[in-house]
Amino acid sequence: MAAPFDKTDDSVVVIIGTGAGGGVLANELAQKGVSVVSLEAGGRYLPEDYVNDEWESFGQLAWLDPRTTSGDWRVSRDFSGLPAWIVKAVGGTTTHWAGASLRFQDHEWKAKTNYGAVQGANLLDWPIDAAEMAPYYEKAETKLGVTRTGDRTGLPGNNNFKVFEAGAKKLGYNDVHTGRMAINSSEYDGRMACQQTGFCFQGCKWGAKWSSAYTDIPRGEATGNLEVRDRCHVLRIEHGADGRVNGVVYMDKDGVEHKQVARVVCVAGNSIESPRILLNSATAMYPDGMANSSGQVGRNYMRHLTGSVYGIFDKPVKMWRGTTMAGIMQDEVRHDPARGFVGGYELETLGLGLPFMAAFLDPGGWGREFTTALDSYENMAGMWIVGEDMPQETNRVTLNMDVKDQFGMPVANVHYSDHANDRAMRDHAFGRGQAIYDAMGATRTLPTPPYPSTHNLGTNRMSENPRDGVVNRNGRTHDIENLFVSDGSQFTTGAAENPTLTIVALAIRQADHIAAELGRGNL
Amino acid sequence: MTIKTDLKGLTRRQLLSRGAAAGAGFVIGTNFVSGQDAAWATEMNALKPDTMATLIQMARDIYPHDKVADEFYAAAVKGYDVPDAVDDTEAGIEMLNGVARGKGYGSYLDIGWERDRVDILRSIEDSAFFQKIRGGLVTGLYNQKAVWPIFGYEGESYSQGGYINRGFDDITWIG
Ligand SMILES: Cc1cc2nc3c(=O)[nH]c(=O)nc-3n(C[C@H](O)[C@H](O)[C@H](O)COP(=O)(O)OP(=O)(O)OC[C@H]3O[C@@H](n4cnc5c(N)ncnc54)[C@H](O)[C@@H]3O)c2cc1C
Ligand code: SF4
Repeated sequence: MAAPFDKTDDSVVVIIGTGAGGGVLANELAQKGVSVVSLEAGGRYLPEDYVNDEWESFGQLAWLDPRTTSGDWRVSRDFSGLPAWIVKAVGGTTTHWAGASLRFQDHEWKAKTNYGAVQGANLLDWPIDAAEMAPYYEKAETKLGVTRTGDRTGLPGNNNFKVFEAGAKKLGYNDVHTGRMAINSSEYDGRMACQQTGFCFQGCKWGAKWSSAYTDIPRGEATGNLEVRDRCHVLRIEHGADGRVNGVVYMDKDGVEHKQVARVVCVAGNSIESPRILLNSATAMYPDGMANSSGQVGRNYMRHLTGSVYGIFDKPVKMWRGTTMAGIMQDEVRHDPARGFVGGYELETLGLGLPFMAAFLDPGGWGREFTTALDSYENMAGMWIVGEDMPQETNRVTLNMDVKDQFGMPVANVHYSDHANDRAMRDHAFGRGQAIYDAMGATRTLPTPPYPSTHNLGTNRMSENPRDGVVNRNGRTHDIENLFVSDGSQFTTGAAENPTLTIVALAIRQADHIAAELGRGNL
Repeated sequence: MTIKTDLKGLTRRQLLSRGAAAGAGFVIGTNFVSGQDAAWATEMNALKPDTMATLIQMARDIYPHDKVADEFYAAAVKGYDVPDAVDDTEAGIEMLNGVARGKGYGSYLDIGWERDRVDILRSIEDSAFFQKIRGGLVTGLYNQKAVWPIFGYEGESYSQGGYINRGFDDITWIG
């Protein structure tokens, strides 16, 4: 049967969320002839709708439903209702993302084995490894058109990158380049080359940056096998007496409640909403929430180390011009405990516009120490730290029973405190970042605290043993055979790389698995 | 946000005849606040003109940019000049003036040095009032498109074809 599908059609796979994980999975399944209904809480926005204006775009695309925070991270103090900067729209956070697309390093798939026991950390090896993922990484890179992979050339470096590159080289760093980016350096896959507009975080108006919003989603729809229902917010997943899930309950844009029955349900609402949906689906049979016999749903929340360094110079840089993330230094990404921490980090250039600089440079800061920095905005260069943070059981997404959203559902509370390893790594990265700008004659450098989380990971983690995690090597929940998790919440550990390429590779792999199982009559 | 009203047509002398020049460079009239040079003026809807003038000074003291004219600070706090915000704002400014009086000044606006005003702000920085004003300024001040050029920020670039041919890599000082 072709889309649109009936709400009583129990042959469909229902996917919750249309971002990096959900959007790709939907298209991949649709291409294989599987009937899919995608439910997306946000609306549909395409390049012509995106705006080159930081706050206006934030208002248009960001997830602004209530959330709460706790823990000793500064985000909880400075942005108490905004733990994460993620998107509520068809295409999910791939509308906002910068496009940095890196594979994990081989050793990062086995963090527990390679790092050894780290006190207070809940480290675990992924049940899959680099060799198994390699072909899926290649498919993901081809899908996203990642530069410096295949025969795709790198992007040209902007002013911000040139300062960064020259400083890094002066310090003796070698692995410095304009990144592996899901941004076209020349026309690719029917999308044009980057015009160096500088608003990658606001949705690329040229379509030069990959987003599932205008690639996978419309392609899936074109098969006739995918129906995307936008502005449909899933409240909970339901199951039958046999324990298998049989559909999802959602609110449409007019506030009308519906149930879509399903053969298989895949949760891909991002690492905050996915565990929230599972926890909000508790029943007498699953009193601690769905797929939560391990007690790990919502736990091990990771957000990457993060932090930024801005450098002020006596001459102009104009960092806002050109790709928002224009280059990378990878010499510090190795695992080398001699530095005083396990795991590694990447330094990637970052250029914010004036409105966001004012909000994020030193949240809560004021007075001349703050304003003299902004006075030199034109002469500023910027970089962002992406490092592996430690999974901790106590860093977690829980339901806040005291705060309800517009549908009366308990909201997610995001609790996060740095591990000692995270602090040691961040201090190291701050020092190296400041040294890079000092080498270029910076008159002032600013080690800037983490922003609300853009990389949200780990809250339904993958594990070999059902006791240690929520999903198995295929992203299927250990507890329920027709319930899958398909987004960044599957991450067993975070590695040091921006996560989206891995989320996409896992989604392509999961589509193969689900289609094969459906074909065998196992689902 | 209307900051420039028809008062703008007045000369400085005419302005002064209609109000009192306050210490910090404002003219405070019966229903308006303006710059002493008459470059801008704002008519009051709900707040007392004295309160508005103090609020503008407070805004500048929180985020002082010597290159940014008062009218942008006035625009940044004009949103408090509505009936819903009057009680809290008047009370907050009265608290600020109270601290100033406690230190021997006539009012916050009477204090000649930024340093001394900032001391007072530091002493109330944990108050809900201070945090509301500061937090509001982050977007109220820096998200005014008219202030962006003062900082060199160029804003929207799509309509001009991005920077691909307009200097994304035009840095000259890297050897
Ligand atoms: C500013 C920014 C820059 C970034 N840059 C990079 C980068 O350079 N490289 C990189 O690898 N990553 C980057 N990221 C991170 C990347 O965007 C995310 O890791 C990725 O999109 C996560 O994919 P996901 O499928 O887990 O979730 P998302 O892409 O966030 O998709 C989740 C979707 O589920 C929907 N949803 C949630 N709850 C419900 C519900 N109850 N009912 C229906 N729908 C629901 C949401 O609306 C959303 O559309 C960046 C993120 C941001 C914010
Ligand atoms: S800089 Fe390139 S990728 Fe970023 S928004 Fe502009 S055209 Fe798109």
